Amino acid sequence: MPKDHDGKFTGIGASTKRREDIRFLTGTGNYTDDINLNGQAYVHFLRSDVAHGRLLSVDTAAAAAMPGVVRIFTGADFEGVGGLPCGWQVTDRFGEVMQEPAHPVLAQGKVRHVGDPIAAVVADSAEQARDAAEAIVVDIEALPAVINMKEAVQDGATKVHDDLTSNLCYDWGFVEENRDAVDQAIQNAAHVTTLELVNNRLVANPMEPRVAVGDFNRATGESTLYTTSQNPHVIRLLMGAFVLGIPEHKLRVVAPDVGGGFGSKIFHYAEEAFCTFAAKALNRAVKWTSSRSEAFISDAHGRDHVTKIELALDADNNFTALRTETYANMGAYLSTFAPSVPTWLHGTLMAGNYKTPLIYVNVKAVFTNTVAVDAYRGAGRPEATYQLERVIDKAARELGVDPLALRRQNFITEFPYATPVAVEYDTGDYHATVDKLEEIADLGGFAARRAASEAKGKLRGLGVNCYIEACGIAPSNLVGQLGARAGLYESATVRVNATGGIVVMTGSHSHGQGHETAFPQVIAEMIGIPEEMVEIEHGDTANTPMGMGTYGSRSLAVGGSAMVRATEKIIAKAKKIAAHILEASDADIELKDGQFSVAGTDKSLAWGDVTLAAYVPHNYPLEDIEPGLEETAFYDPANFTYPSGAYACEVEVDPDTGKVSIERFAAADDFGNIVNPMIVDGQVHGGIGQGIGQALMEGCIYDDNGQLLSASFMDYAMPRADDLPFYEVDHSCQTPCTHNPLGVKGCGEAGAIGTPPAVVNAVIDALQSAGKPVTHIDMPLSPARVWAAMNP
Amino acid sequence: MYEFDFVRPATIAEAVQALAADEAQALGGGQTLLPTMKQRLAMPEALVSLTGIDELQGVCPDGEALAIGAATTHADVERATADSYPALAALAGQIGDPAVRNRGTIGGSLANNDPSACYPAAALASGATIVTHRREIAADEYFEGLFSTALEEDEIITHVRMPVPQAAAYEKFVQPASRFALVGVFVARFEDGVRVAVTGASEEGVFRWEEAEAALSQSFSADAIAGLSVDPDGMIADLHGSKAYRAHLVQVITKRAVQAAAA
Repeated sequence: MPKDHDGKFTGIGASTKRREDIRFLTGTGNYTDDINLNGQAYVHFLRSDVAHGRLLSVDTAAAAAMPGVVRIFTGADFEGVGGLPCGWQVTDRFGEVMQEPAHPVLAQGKVRHVGDPIAAVVADSAEQARDAAEAIVVDIEALPAVINMKEAVQDGATKVHDDLTSNLCYDWGFVEENRDAVDQAIQNAAHVTTLELVNNRLVANPMEPRVAVGDFNRATGESTLYTTSQNPHVIRLLMGAFVLGIPEHKLRVVAPDVGGGFGSKIFHYAEEAFCTFAAKALNRAVKWTSSRSEAFISDAHGRDHVTKIELALDADNNFTALRTETYANMGAYLSTFAPSVPTWLHGTLMAGNYKTPLIYVNVKAVFTNTVAVDAYRGAGRPEATYQLERVIDKAARELGVDPLALRRQNFITEFPYATPVAVEYDTGDYHATVDKLEEIADLGGFAARRAASEAKGKLRGLGVNCYIEACGIAPSNLVGQLGARAGLYESATVRVNATGGIVVMTGSHSHGQGHETAFPQVIAEMIGIPEEMVEIEHGDTANTPMGMGTYGSRSLAVGGSAMVRATEKIIAKAKKIAAHILEASDADIELKDGQFSVAGTDKSLAWGDVTLAAYVPHNYPLEDIEPGLEETAFYDPANFTYPSGAYACEVEVDPDTGKVSIERFAAADDFGNIVNPMIVDGQVHGGIGQGIGQALMEGCIYDDNGQLLSASFMDYAMPRADDLPFYEVDHSCQTPCTHNPLGVKGCGEAGAIGTPPAVVNAVIDALQSAGKPVTHIDMPLSPARVWAAMNP
Repeated sequence: MYEFDFVRPATIAEAVQALAADEAQALGGGQTLLPTMKQRLAMPEALVSLTGIDELQGVCPDGEALAIGAATTHADVERATADSYPALAALAGQIGDPAVRNRGTIGGSLANNDPSACYPAAALASGATIVTHRREIAADEYFEGLFSTALEEDEIITHVRMPVPQAAAYEKFVQPASRFALVGVFVARFEDGVRVAVTGASEEGVFRWEEAEAALSQSFSADAIAGLSVDPDGMIADLHGSKAYRAHLVQVITKRAVQAAAA
């Protein structure tokens, strides 16, 4: 419950306004592009304009003589230097490890997608670098582009990587032992609903494009990289250990203010390694700022699954088995966490909210001549939720039963629940979120609203769906068994200053999530001091403990837990100091509202008295404890967390144009305990916006030659404010996580996961209400696609 | 962008002189040219800005018509024609976003003749006259195809004479990403007949739908064109719609424009 300190709500549960917004909203942030180092040079990357080809020659002679050019690098300069590593190794259904191609910093031998960097021109100015890049003469023997995934895995298909046996990265079966039982259950089912669908490829498009500034200090031999990253320590480890061979103590990575990531800034990119490498080679800072056009062809894309899903039901409409086959696009190279997205972040979620006893998931990951595909908000879980909730909706229509009733009938109701796909849900109450949804979405009033829409010539549809996600990523021992080449703990150092103020140094990077506001609320609650006494530092490997960064809705659940553990150590030590001064046993010391008191007496000390004593230890138990008040904790979660929820979307479809407008949208989520409800609202709003974007607007399209047709905002439709409705969001259904100290589950990805099926289900409902025999339309449900479906 | 010279003349004569230089290009609001230059897809040696020439600014009555200075921004057209030509004002107010409307100019739009731009539909449906520093060109003779007009290289539009119809409306069905017209239809009813101009749809750029004009001149109602359609051949097909879809939209959007004009 929010507490009232000096008439001000503070602590856990308060909607404290975001302190970071003052700088974000007034242009006083410090983004990577704001960092300009003395004498810095600028790099421009010459990128391939063909999707697939053999690099016959790269002639830089004329370009090197152009004004301002410092040096031009090509793939040859990176012979003997490491390639960009992949952080996850999937083992296929035959027990073989995935095929893992080399990923050089600059192309060597072949170019494999439009945008693949061929050469890097370093010059005194960005314009000079670009001018010179145009003077480089590249001779490429064009090869057939591999674009369609199913064609890519045919025998005899052109290979993206000549040294691999095929374009198949892996053929994964999960759970392989269930394969035959699932086949049998489907064969014997009373009813089987089948759906083939595409989870559309997306471009993350954070507001801030990527930027990297490399620097080298010849005196200390230390390299520094300033970069737009969600996880600077991960970049330091991957780039230092695997690409450039720089030990951590000689490499500092700084991710200052970052203008949105949505997953696309998790990964280690070639441009980061290049700037760090070139700065050392040239003994001069080197800066790269991506243009928006470059972002479209060099930032990792998201989604891009082609799936067939079959749901088997018995005569009473109980789910008996589920079988899926997915082709997952990896793009031309394996981005940092790409192999994990369609497997361990997708297959493990296929049970959804339902007690389906038998599940088999098959995923074929495929190399193509396209930009690498990796995690994007939700990462695997939106793909799982979309196919599952679409096929359930289709089943409900085929069986003539209410879609929510069919879901309720099959809900998991007892926890903990071990799914047939290897995870154990700790808590949840799916009926409660559906009950809440029915209330906030006013589902009872839908019929009247439909009649009103029809009276003005519009079709109205209602779509509902449920979701569950695995967040709080992740238990290190478990993900290690699943192929992760990293641990997924988080860290925090809590430094209490002499006068009582606190600085928390956390590995959880904040790039819009509001850590700088929410994390202090937790400490304020624990100690009973104002939030203003706590500052959060993050983003600089030089002054934060090794942390794994921000993604997978993990910051509060994992990073926040580390901070709680460190704060518990602080409190325990502070109590010992207080006990010494108050001449009592530390077991009798209570901390409340920032006051240490001896139980049952009126003796007390203020928080600041104790912190001062820690640094001015005149009257201090020096024989028992050290001076100072600073503690570090690493927290490794015991399990994933499992947020869940139920969403409802109402659309109007214009039957003359196919245009869909979202009239109402409601989300009832269970995120466990909530620290800052306003920030949670904002996270859900943003996720829903991106979910609606995927469902109705965003589509990343390559032509058969591997040219990106949707290569700018002129053709890639981002949702804008007037494309979105006002949302009803509620997170009062709370089943706290049982295994982390805050009982929190994570809320960052929920909207992006829960929204697309609700929207598509609503459109299908609208079309069927007019007697159109449309059972599926692939996203994005643009006016043209909806009209075409209505007018085959 | 590549380096270029920049001049901002104060008179048409100075502008004409500046444009005589090699690879010089006129610059209106720059809403197309500047992004193109930033992408290095255009490399003029010199830009001759027309926005400092007073006589190219503003809207004033010209008999039964309006004379709209070529360098008048969309935002100014919207304000200045709100009472005198509301359909034109509404069109101007729907172009791009406020930043675009405060920079982009009517002359720039007409000189560029983007196949999805809005102003060409207004000019063609209104039976406008494009007035340059050396001649007058009827809208029917002016639009020659994609990004192509009757303008000569050094010719500057000074103003547009826009007859004001008895009733008119512009309906735009937007392309979801760019919000240019996927199909935009301007319908204008004059005493002597109806003109219908369609933008966004055709591979040939803005065009008059004469069949609809004939039907609407008989009866100015949406029902009058219910049975009409345009040939999908020649329509644009792209990520955002097939030829058949655009052909279908031409009819739907025209009906809506007629309904709006008749209201």
